[in-house]
Amino acid sequence: MSAIVVLLLGDDISTDTIYPGRFMATGLPSETPKYAFADDVALNKRLVDGEIPKGSIIVAGKNFGCGSSREQAASTLKGYELTIVAKAYARIFRRNAVNVGLNIIICPEIEAEDSDELMIQKDKVINITTRGLEFDIMPLSEIEQAIIDAGGLIPYTKKLFLESRGKQK
Amino acid sequence: MGMTLVEKILARASGKTVVKPGDVVNPEVDLAMSHENAFLIKHHFGELFEGTGLEPKVWDPSKIVIIFDHRIPAESAKTATNQKLIREFVTAQGIEKFHDIRGDIGGICHQILPEYGYIRPGMVVVGTDSHTTTHGALGAFAFGIGATDTASVWMLGKALNIEVPETIKVVVTGKFKDYVGAKDLILYIIKLLTVEGANFKVLEFHGPAIQEMSMSGRLTICNMSVEAGATSGIIPADNETSHWPDEDAEYCQTIEIDVSDLDFQIACPHKVDNVKSISEVEGTKVHQIVLGSCTNGRYEDIRIAAEILRGQKVASNVRMLVFPASWKIYREAMGVGHFMTLAHAGAVIMNPGCGCCLGVHQGALGDGEVALSTTNRNFKGRMGNPNSEVYLCSPAVAAASAITGYVTRPEGEPR
Repeated sequence: MSAIVVLLLGDDISTDTIYPGRFMATGLPSETPKYAFADDVALNKRLVDGEIPKGSIIVAGKNFGCGSSREQAASTLKGYELTIVAKAYARIFRRNAVNVGLNIIICPEIEAEDSDELMIQKDKVINITTRGLEFDIMPLSEIEQAIIDAGGLIPYTKKLFLESRGKQK
Repeated sequence: MGMTLVEKILARASGKTVVKPGDVVNPEVDLAMSHENAFLIKHHFGELFEGTGLEPKVWDPSKIVIIFDHRIPAESAKTATNQKLIREFVTAQGIEKFHDIRGDIGGICHQILPEYGYIRPGMVVVGTDSHTTTHGALGAFAFGIGATDTASVWMLGKALNIEVPETIKVVVTGKFKDYVGAKDLILYIIKLLTVEGANFKVLEFHGPAIQEMSMSGRLTICNMSVEAGATSGIIPADNETSHWPDEDAEYCQTIEIDVSDLDFQIACPHKVDNVKSISEVEGTKVHQIVLGSCTNGRYEDIRIAAEILRGQKVASNVRMLVFPASWKIYREAMGVGHFMTLAHAGAVIMNPGCGCCLGVHQGALGDGEVALSTTNRNFKGRMGNPNSEVYLCSPAVAAASAITGYVTRPEGEPR
């Protein structure tokens, strides 16, 4: 797939930036998208007004999603079906992203500018705008991939639970 | 090859003799804590049972703790409704370790867990709060997870997909100078490691300066370990060698710190690793002083502030807000007169809870204003206004600065 970079961010983007704490009483995945990047009023408006197409890409540096464990920070981005291409992720955010099915790509050397078109393949990201510069993708762990393939942690856990009950019987 | 403390705990909880960094395990959970976000966990928990034909039932209600602290008393109808749904769930599931908005058993989750003896060395503790790292101070492996992860724990009694973390050994020696302490030490460590330096790793604290440190200080250090990205911080339990790492344990890194010359440390906007010695920021004008939170709302913190502010006044045009970490602390501080001292000085004593730390209510900042706070995060917008700044410091620096209205070095000898 290929898509356009709609937002370019640096290192250490915190969950306070992605989903400010004062909106945490809103938590259901169907409701969190309206507060994505709420402190950046212009960006939030573009998202809420549908000006950013589904599948668009956010490129970020290291430690994306640092700070709070709030799952809203992952579900709010999932709500717009954004793809995150970051050099690395903070631990809890990475878990939450996998659990809710947010498309996160680990790309330690990624270089891109706003509005670049990126082609994301299985093992590399190709920056089409810069005439094909390629960046390796670091794969998710086996179990992370298994959770994603199952459709998220809810179906994954449900299956484990039912299997273990089956064994007990 | 020997194991670090967290490796030993994870091996035990996963039914293995040995684990090593990088192994993925599904440890049994001894305690699962959550707060107001239990409404979201409850939602996911319901989804887990959809289509199974079974009634949603938690795996073991005695191992679940729910504590209201983030938004108390409720700041909005939405929060009040969430809290109501959680109360109904708690009753339906028979969860007894429930701390509602009350002056007897209420408080911040990371104070309540140790205060009520819910934590024991060697336990695996998960919490839907990043500062769950706090409980490593009692020798437990305690770490933050999200709401869906917690729903999964509520169903299975296990945490899935836990990668055994590497461990950084931090050895702390020397004697702190007057009024310098745990908060200055952990801010200094975060500066050394950066906000991502311990990502997917554990900080294991050792050395005479840790052994001599009060539990209050130890909780502060483990609390803020997450600000270096750490999965958890952990301190071996005193006098319990079964809860110590093996002598030949392998560490990915060892850091040695002598605190004898350590000065007061301040985390400057807008990152927790933007830490400077106080001499570099002395004189910065502040508008709001915040004393409290899961990091520094304990009795010892309030006592130090009261000592410094006794007979003094909070500067005009400065407001000082005090958020004790629990009602037990509140009652103690009230009983011995610390609140009288602080209120006479001009401080506002708030109800125990997270207060303004995460920018929900009880102390927003105006455009261009600066807070000097004993809390744990200063990311842009943290206290509810992206056009404001937050500096992080110890209780002693907060109190000394309240008097002048500028970032100020505490003087004199502690009483």
